[in-house]
Amino acid sequence: MSRTTQWEVVIGLETHAQLQTKSKIFSGSSIAFGAAPNVQASAVDIALPGVLPVLNREAVVCAIKFGLAVGATIAPRSVFARKNYFYPDLPKGYQISQFEIPVVLGGGLAITVGAGDTATEKFVHLTRAHLEEDAGKSLHEDFHGRTGIDLNRAGTPLLEIVTEPDMRSSAEAVAYAKALHALVQWIGICDGNMQEGSFRCDANVSVRPMGQKEFGTRREIKNLNSFRFMQQAIDFEVHWQINEIEEGRAIQQATVLFDPDTGETRSMRSKEDAHDYRYFPDPDLLPLEIRPEWIAEVKSGMPELPQAMQARFQADYGLSAYDAASLVASRPMADFFVAAVAEAGAANAKTIANWIMGELAARLNKTDLPVEASPITAVQLAGLIRRIADNTISNNIAKKVFEAMWNGEGGSNNNAADQIIEKQGLKQITDTAAIEALVDEVLAANQKSIEEYRAGKEKAFNALVGQAMKATKGKANPQQVTDLLKKKLGA
Amino acid sequence: MSLNLEDVARIARLARIELSAAERETTRDQLNDILGFIEQLQAVDTTGIEPMAHAVDVVQRLRPDVVTETNRRADFQAVAPETEAGLYLVPRVVE
Repeated sequence: MSRTTQWEVVIGLETHAQLQTKSKIFSGSSIAFGAAPNVQASAVDIALPGVLPVLNREAVVCAIKFGLAVGATIAPRSVFARKNYFYPDLPKGYQISQFEIPVVLGGGLAITVGAGDTATEKFVHLTRAHLEEDAGKSLHEDFHGRTGIDLNRAGTPLLEIVTEPDMRSSAEAVAYAKALHALVQWIGICDGNMQEGSFRCDANVSVRPMGQKEFGTRREIKNLNSFRFMQQAIDFEVHWQINEIEEGRAIQQATVLFDPDTGETRSMRSKEDAHDYRYFPDPDLLPLEIRPEWIAEVKSGMPELPQAMQARFQADYGLSAYDAASLVASRPMADFFVAAVAEAGAANAKTIANWIMGELAARLNKTDLPVEASPITAVQLAGLIRRIADNTISNNIAKKVFEAMWNGEGGSNNNAADQIIEKQGLKQITDTAAIEALVDEVLAANQKSIEEYRAGKEKAFNALVGQAMKATKGKANPQQVTDLLKKKLGA
Repeated sequence: MSLNLEDVARIARLARIELSAAERETTRDQLNDILGFIEQLQAVDTTGIEPMAHAVDVVQRLRPDVVTETNRRADFQAVAPETEAGLYLVPRVVE
């Protein structure tokens, strides 16, 4: 391979999403995060002899929801299998997973890569998604040369979601991971908490000369628990693989780990000692049957999906594709918008969208708050928008009221905006006589501007409007002031 | 299909079973007998018959998502070879 070869990157992702159930997938132990070691590890979870797994119905419901959300086939009959390997955090000596017949087959996710004018759309196909149990945790430090085992996590329900090797850059991989992350939270099957390991990705990465049909040899980067690390790890890995090939060395299939401190990937195990899992159907579990009626029941309880909602916002409220997409980027954001529109009416939807993506988003960003923790509720924001719409306050004054609401003035009342407007006397002056008096005062005090205006300087007129607005402390309707001034100056 | 002594050694290693040279030979013969039975089964024409994943043709019973287990760590750890700070201790594993 010469240095001038153009390389194509090929990436497939496997994601483990922890399902939001109360109990484990095969036992009645709690899966609450943060408990003391081994207090949520029952006889089934620690694999005492004679115990039997019993499948959690809700874990299956989560899998059905996911299958519906990605347009996949939900297997009418799927089978649990034993994946055999020895590791102390897996006390049975096998993980219960699905192999030949997974619960979800096919489907896919539309993603947007990049933003603005350079944004591109892409569809990432899914191979499958299957139910399985998580392993426990090994702690290697502080136990005088021994390893400590905490089995609280053993048996936690996971949905492993596997893509086709459809992605062609780290940016596409991250865009897919983000879209999937938003979707599993949207449909309420995973809390998406990456720090706590509720959503973790493995990336299969290979490179090939542009135009070559066969895939190159892949290496799998394990346990990427942030989008930033995913980008860094893939970029490093791609660079490393291209360099190896260009130096004349073949890529060996391997599992690698990403070290965030050095920004490098390093080999964990090579193909020679790759696991031979010897999958076989688990005789402890019967086939899982999912009837069409059950799928229909789950479907009827599902929320409107982001893409459908985006299309509706564009059609019903005249929002741009970009605005609508921003509002459905997360479920809490969409819920906020929907709640505000329900309160202030569809006619104000566009104004609401602008305020959410402008003032509110800027504030949330600055204070690092998620929208669900916004000090201003959707109903309160709607209350503010309504006062702009009925001309009680101007847009500029509204920003002042917003600021006050953000700082907690007006309290948690639904009519916080009205209280602030009232208390601070911010109501727009609509009394024509009062405004006329003010305008007269301004004109009397600014003879020079009047002359300049009459001499043809437009700027002088703007200065007069400014003076008049200042005199009213911004409470006059700017259009009304302009009209009055024009009338008085005989323009 | 038949297994040789090397295959048997590999399978034993994967299953963490130690076999002596003599045991390896016996095991090879026994496994090859079993494979012979399977060949007989595979000779049957099963065209058009849906494969079964279980000997009994019934489906999985499901459990409601309710926490029913209580903390029994003390009981379990009383019979564990070694524990500390609530953890089970095992020989050091490093991946």
